[in-house]
Amino acid sequence: MKYFNNPEAFIRLVLSMQDGMTATLTIFALTLVFSIPLGMVIALLRMSKHRVVSAPISLYILVMRGTPLMLQLFAVYFAIPMFFGVNLDRMTATILAFSLNYAAYFAEIFRGGIMSIPVGQYEASSVLGFTPVQTFFHIVLPQVVKRVLLPVSNEVITLVKDTSLANIIAVSELFRAAKNEASRVASVEPLFVAGLFYLLMNGAVTLFFSWLNNRFAYYKD
Amino acid sequence: MLQVQNVAKAFGTQDVLRGVSLRVSRGEVVAIIGRSGSGKSTLLRCINHLETIDSGSIIIGGEAMAQSDASGRAVYKKDAELRRICLKMGLVFQDYNLFPHYSVLKNLVMPQVMVLGRSRAQAKEKALALLEKVGLADKADEYPCNLSGGQCQRVAIARALAMDPEILCFDEPTSALDPQLTHEVLSVIRQLADEQRTMIVVTHEMNFARDVADRVIYMEDGVIVEDGPAQQVLGSERSAAVRAFVGESGY
Repeated sequence: MKYFNNPEAFIRLVLSMQDGMTATLTIFALTLVFSIPLGMVIALLRMSKHRVVSAPISLYILVMRGTPLMLQLFAVYFAIPMFFGVNLDRMTATILAFSLNYAAYFAEIFRGGIMSIPVGQYEASSVLGFTPVQTFFHIVLPQVVKRVLLPVSNEVITLVKDTSLANIIAVSELFRAAKNEASRVASVEPLFVAGLFYLLMNGAVTLFFSWLNNRFAYYKD
Repeated sequence: MLQVQNVAKAFGTQDVLRGVSLRVSRGEVVAIIGRSGSGKSTLLRCINHLETIDSGSIIIGGEAMAQSDASGRAVYKKDAELRRICLKMGLVFQDYNLFPHYSVLKNLVMPQVMVLGRSRAQAKEKALALLEKVGLADKADEYPCNLSGGQCQRVAIARALAMDPEILCFDEPTSALDPQLTHEVLSVIRQLADEQRTMIVVTHEMNFARDVADRVIYMEDGVIVEDGPAQQVLGSERSAAVRAFVGESGY
């Protein structure tokens, strides 16, 4: 053991992986910022009565959920410059691929949540004179948020760990930093230190969602 | 106040309403009775624009919500105007349909603020007065999940009243309640009848229909079979059709 029994070396190792942690947190945060609203839009389009709209969206969701995220990372990083002639830096490509992928999962969670709202809620809103937009934002959406918290927390926890996939297009995130360190010092210990960091992050995610869950516990439906 | 003319409606190939005409005047309380599938709830839902009619006209307070064109097909008003006309109607559902994420008070306040543009203070004052009226002033800050069925239904009635509808409709308002709770809801409706409110009540409560309604309509297979004063339709002179139905319902 080089690190776990030597606090000074441990701290030096953690400090050397600081940039990696920042990159991991950036991928995580920006993916959520983009994929959650995008997922809501995709969910609504998927529920469109018009086949011209819902069919391509179904195909999109099938492809995003049906192929490896690792492959999608390659596709975004290498194919976009090839077909569109724009060069994406590694970080941008990663956030784009993650957002497109996670939006598909969030969309299906949101769709399930929206469909679980009883038709009576729409009918009461209609009789009271709400417009469809008011009904969605004031009556349906707040109830959907409560109902999707659990499946959404699952996705967010998975995302924390999936950020490590970015190392395959050589983004210097936490896992890559740990791997480099591991080969430099010829020990697997840095990888476990990285593992500890993912675990801590997910501990924070779990705490956040249980706090959110409590905030929505003021009513039962 | 309300005119329904020759309304027809089909779900797919099944005719649910086959030429229904009906008039309700100001201050009248009309009870609609009939078996399940007779079209009575569908009629009420059409009047409240939860279903669209295929042909015929629905005119509320002199304004047509839907009117048949030359070919007989019903043509509806455009969105904003339709919504305005529909606001003259209020509807209380069988299963209340309160908004679970709003407190009782907010259930009454939000529609007034968002739809009628009342100030919060104004809306709150109105809401509290109505909760007082239905005997639930002390439940203003509760959430619907903590109320009994009868209490929920009384909140739903107060919520409908908060919008100042010209006609208040009830779609089997007590069918989800046990007898004790049924009583507390019916006494609220009775109180509204005494205040000369215009109401249309689809109900299975024969005693209630006889005692409270000015007029009783009996429907069968999508048409109105009987329409007359409560004492006439449900009294000792009642027709064979009503007799058979009433016999089944154990009244």
